[in-house]
Amino acid sequence: MPTTKTKIRARPRKPAPRKPVVWKLRLYVAGQTPKSLRAFANIKVLCEEHLRGRYQIEVIDLRENPQLARDDQIVAIPTLVRRLPLPLRTIIGDLSNSVRLLVGLDLRKVD
Amino acid sequence: MNTLGSRRSSPGATMKQMGQEKNASQPSSKTLPKAATGIQGLDEITGGGLPRGRPTLVSGGAGSGKTLFGLEFLVRGATQYSEPGVFMSFEESIPDLTKNVASLGFDLDQLVADKKLFVDHVSITRSELGETGEYDLEGLFIRIADAAQRVGARRVVLDTIEALFGDLPNPSILRAEIRRLFDWLKQKGLTTVITAERDQTDRLTRHGIEEFVSDCVILLDHRIREEISTRRLRIVKYRGSTHGTNEYPFLIDDQGISVLPISSLGLDHDAPAERVSSGIARLDGMLGGKGFYRGSSILASGTAGTGKTTIAACFVDAACRRGERSLFFAFEESPQQILRNMRSIGIDLEPWVRKGLLQFHAARPTYGGIEQVLLLTHKRITSFQPSVVVVDPVTNLLMVSTQNEVRSMLTRLVDFLKTQGITAIFTSLTAAGSLEASEADVSSLMDTWLLLKNIEVGGERNRALYVLKSRGMEHSNQIREFVLTDDGLRLLDVYLGPEGVLTGSARVSQEMREKAVVTFRRQELESRRRELERKRRIFEARMVMLRAEFEVEEEIIQQTISESELLGEEVVQDRGQMVLSRQADSSSYKKDVRAKAARKR
Repeated sequence: MPTTKTKIRARPRKPAPRKPVVWKLRLYVAGQTPKSLRAFANIKVLCEEHLRGRYQIEVIDLRENPQLARDDQIVAIPTLVRRLPLPLRTIIGDLSNSVRLLVGLDLRKVD
Repeated sequence: MNTLGSRRSSPGATMKQMGQEKNASQPSSKTLPKAATGIQGLDEITGGGLPRGRPTLVSGGAGSGKTLFGLEFLVRGATQYSEPGVFMSFEESIPDLTKNVASLGFDLDQLVADKKLFVDHVSITRSELGETGEYDLEGLFIRIADAAQRVGARRVVLDTIEALFGDLPNPSILRAEIRRLFDWLKQKGLTTVITAERDQTDRLTRHGIEEFVSDCVILLDHRIREEISTRRLRIVKYRGSTHGTNEYPFLIDDQGISVLPISSLGLDHDAPAERVSSGIARLDGMLGGKGFYRGSSILASGTAGTGKTTIAACFVDAACRRGERSLFFAFEESPQQILRNMRSIGIDLEPWVRKGLLQFHAARPTYGGIEQVLLLTHKRITSFQPSVVVVDPVTNLLMVSTQNEVRSMLTRLVDFLKTQGITAIFTSLTAAGSLEASEADVSSLMDTWLLLKNIEVGGERNRALYVLKSRGMEHSNQIREFVLTDDGLRLLDVYLGPEGVLTGSARVSQEMREKAVVTFRRQELESRRRELERKRRIFEARMVMLRAEFEVEEEIIQQTISESELLGEEVVQDRGQMVLSRQADSSSYKKDVRAKAARKR
């Protein structure tokens, strides 16, 4: 999961971004439910595919930290929040629709 | 594919939750426990409050007072019943909410600081939200559970959970999740109020969540009729409990919501036998000599300017004299005006106002709706605790409402006053010509009905009063003329002549005429008596005279008689002596003399 800048440079691309941004994603779950596990697996696959090496996924279990649900306005579970790059984006659901997930995360141009 | 999958899974989830609900909704105890709302009047209608540990749906249009209902439920619960609460706001932000209810006397910040209330604002911005596949509302569950745990909540308000339908995609999942939420709240034993917006008259909620709330549904309504707004509350259903089914007016004011307390669903108020004076001695006389029953309702109806307010003022004056408190609701005149006008006829109410025995409440009923009027009356009566109440006039209420509503309002007011044992005078203005008809629907509520009318005779108008009815007492059937003088009210007998009832100057002239006749008769009688006396005297004088004459004559006659008797004897004696002295005569001579005397005769 830790990012490595070297790898990014090692992969040349056509519209190469000026400054490769580290994607910071946060996945809110409530215990180890099948949906949460599925969501984590889905985002992991996607990130590995498109953002290999330059992403962070922070999994937050609201059961352990309910205050964060209020602070971050979480209602639905699972919720994925793209904290970086800005703007903030929120996607709910088990992330099983990869096309929608790509659109939601604005990741399409990457591939 | 995935969306299909998620859709397919939702009915299954719903089915599962339906089963759950069935298990949870089986009541263990026989009587339904209730959680008092503390909202004025509502607990009376519901017979104790909302179903404890169950969700209640409060539905209504925009601005019908749903949020306030929920908040008051929580605030009262926290302050009066030591049941802390959680307020989940899906629409208004916390600062807005705090500000909005501060005007109603609720200090949310303080309650939050005291850990009696927890307010959470759920805000989702749709624009930054995407949806990919199945989700649940576990986040919300966690928030509610955490909040409830922090304050030890017994009550929860979700205001307005249907806002989530605008924020979150996939309504079928959402519906299933909301259902699961309600069941979860029920399992936790939290008394919950769920507010919902009603956009169509044939539906209670926009997204049909009422089907998940099976226990209690309350409908709030805010309608405008003839430019005057009225708020209504109705209990659509209340499973396992009896409840009032009518639409009840309610009011939002600086003390929160007040639902019109329907104080007596049954007529079981006391009927005191004590009598109170009407303040007009003659009127008391017409009412069996003792006046009204305490706690009865009196209607004084009449056309304009017949003295309705004056009668009420007299009664108030009498009550204050007895040291009782009176409350005067003036819907037409200002207190100063009433005081001035009453002073002009010798009724000075001002000392009572200064002593605090008399309170005025003057307002045009058009200021608020009819329920506002009724609630204000209720509040004033409850706070002042008077023994006499005047409503002057009830007909002004018709300005803001229909006859039907006025009647139902008066029914409530009369019932309320009766249960409180308050004697009340209602004045009612009637149009000329329809004295009894227009009042028929109000009058049946009243125990005593005084009818005031103008009688036109000889080009002038005069006031007349009669007791049309007075339940449970002997009362006069006579019309009395009703005269306002500088020193109060007076009731006078009217004259019934061949031309009908005589009042005013016709009565005065009739009185004069009668007085003249009486005087004349008396004089005539006296002169007759005098004549008789005179005759008697003449007769007696004559008698005396006659007697005197008779006595004189008698005397004379007696004298004559005795004289002549005396004379006869003397002659005989003389003759005998002569014979004796002569001695010469023979017996034959004597015989001769006798014969000569006989012949002479």
